[in-house]
Amino acid sequence: MKRNVLVAITCALALAFLGCPPKNAETPNATTTGGDGEILVGEYGSLTGNQATFGTSTHNAIMLAVDEINGAGGVNGRKIKVQTEDDQSKAEEAANAVTKLIAQNNVVAVLGEVASSSSIAAAPICQNNKIPMITPSSTNPAVTKKGDYIFRMCFLDDYQGASMARYLRQTLGIKNVAILIDNKSDYSTGLAKYFGDAFTAMGGTIVGTQSFTSGDSDFRAQLTAIRTTKPELIYIPAYYNDVGQIAIQARDLGMNMPLAGGDGWESPKLIEIGGKALEGCFYSNHYFFGDTNPIVRNFVEKYKQRYSATPDALAALAYDAARVLADAMKRAGGKTDGPTLREAIAATKGFAGVTGTINLGPDRNPEGKTLVIVEVKGGELTLKAKVEPEGAPAATGTATTTTTGTTGTQ
Amino acid sequence: MQELLQNLLNGIAAGSIYALIALGYTMVYGILKLINFAHGDVFMIGSFVGFYAGGWFSKQLHGATGGSSPASAAVVLLLSMIVCGALGYLNERVAYRPLRNAPRIASLITAIGISFLLEYGGQFVFGPDPKFFPTLIEKHLINIGGVVTTNYQLIVLGVAIVFMAILQYIVYGTKFGRAMRAVSFNFETASLMGIPTDRVISTTFVIGSMLAAVAGILFGLAYPKIDPLMGVMPGLKAFVSAVLGGIGNVPGAVVGGLLIGVIEAFVGGSRFSNYRDAIAFVILIVILLFRPSGLFGKYQPEKV
Repeated sequence: MKRNVLVAITCALALAFLGCPPKNAETPNATTTGGDGEILVGEYGSLTGNQATFGTSTHNAIMLAVDEINGAGGVNGRKIKVQTEDDQSKAEEAANAVTKLIAQNNVVAVLGEVASSSSIAAAPICQNNKIPMITPSSTNPAVTKKGDYIFRMCFLDDYQGASMARYLRQTLGIKNVAILIDNKSDYSTGLAKYFGDAFTAMGGTIVGTQSFTSGDSDFRAQLTAIRTTKPELIYIPAYYNDVGQIAIQARDLGMNMPLAGGDGWESPKLIEIGGKALEGCFYSNHYFFGDTNPIVRNFVEKYKQRYSATPDALAALAYDAARVLADAMKRAGGKTDGPTLREAIAATKGFAGVTGTINLGPDRNPEGKTLVIVEVKGGELTLKAKVEPEGAPAATGTATTTTTGTTGTQ
Repeated sequence: MQELLQNLLNGIAAGSIYALIALGYTMVYGILKLINFAHGDVFMIGSFVGFYAGGWFSKQLHGATGGSSPASAAVVLLLSMIVCGALGYLNERVAYRPLRNAPRIASLITAIGISFLLEYGGQFVFGPDPKFFPTLIEKHLINIGGVVTTNYQLIVLGVAIVFMAILQYIVYGTKFGRAMRAVSFNFETASLMGIPTDRVISTTFVIGSMLAAVAGILFGLAYPKIDPLMGVMPGLKAFVSAVLGGIGNVPGAVVGGLLIGVIEAFVGGSRFSNYRDAIAFVILIVILLFRPSGLFGKYQPEKV
């Protein structure tokens, strides 16, 4: 009997060790090459859990960017090494992961997260430790308000919501819209509010607002309530895994109006889950993989070659985040202490990224990015429109200081 | 009016799935006085068997493009029932039978352990990301005076009713059912009367798990996004349904499940849609306060 217990414990332990990811397997021969050794950068992300597809493409793109940078000589002769922590798509775990990266691994900067709620949980920890953090794709404004060490690569929810409202109201001439919110996510409630405010300010009407909880499987009750208000379009600022189900159930209830959403829809699984129900629906996004811009094409080809998958917007933003960080490290001239690195990142201007030209403003957010509208057409994603920032399209400017970060000079 | 009918229909369709799961809870409780918390996860396994079998069958029968037919749907349903039935048997044989004479809390904790094993084992085996349940049957819209439904909802309802009727027949119309009721009434006396209690209990687990498999397949049809943690919420709500109807009472579980489904549909369609999940548990608490034995349960004071 005792022996059985011992065998069981041994088996359990063996399994536990097997389950551990091989942390150091990524860069086996990345030893010091002339500089002061490797620069350790932390990454926390949703590698498992509800948002695993977001976390995985973000991680892939970061590794692609870092290997490119290292392949071109690294930063001032030093290679970058990425230490990755999984936060299981949970905000609490994100805080733990970042604490571990900073306290145990002594990373010089942190990249992550996708979900705003996770970034909001992790940002104060980076701020208190004076470690710069770049979130590639959290769109809630509160993230960078956590302090002057917190940066982001994507446009914000207020910009995204307002631009979408302007596109619907002024370009498509839509007047009556219903909103369906995932009330468990900061991202969804934030985007819904900014969209609604902008849309009503432009003379549109929000005819109905309903909410659900992420992970629900039945949305028929909310959709039935929305159906009675007869909207021309339903705005659903939620994540892809719920959107597919919502679309199917809306069609099942005989509701054929288009559905629209934000960048949370972006995923190869969107169409897989939603299928025909999503035909004619569209969402705002950061970049489109079919763009003819050479920087975009280069990135898409390399990513496809390495991972045999089309990079989503999260990958594009993560790629830009890693490259902006490396570029700032170069300009900081070998110093990797928090304050110096922070200054260098903050000074990023005219950086030619995959998701457009990146100019970080005084509030550490990129200014005047282009919104692409992606539509599901014939079971494929197609580019429907590009929404430029309101007023003059001053997005390009004159690129002054920086290059693409892959050249590896100095 | 139209909205009312639509919500009612949606609620009954969702509720019939809760009812099928609730039957498993209530049968096991009736016979063993054990809340089998792993039951919601057996439901999940049922869905995943359907996912893999459905995908495979549709490729075999209709070529690489896939397709659907009622025959392959029936085979998938049967296969899922067999796998879950075996799982239910194994579960009882390995985890609960050795604890038959242990304090009841030990079995309860074991049930929670099995539940976690299935959930996180499922994440390990199937992967944590959501999967899309295959289309086993072609879907049609049916519009009756503005109330729109699909043949899926009707199938869910129809299949659920058929299986509930079969269960009703087994419990009240067969010799085995009489044995089951006898064991439920008094375990020791039944065994003294020569009823093979272990076999009756195992079979009860098998039947309950098969019903969970049916619920899993129907859920996959109606809500085609499945993942290893999908059993948690429906499992809890089915448990509430079973308590609402009077745990241990078979018709009570059905009525409880339908009630929870309909109430949820109405709450979800009102402006309190935020609180949809909370409502189910508020109902549970209220019932326990005023009618501890549920709507159909008989109140039996503990005899000292």
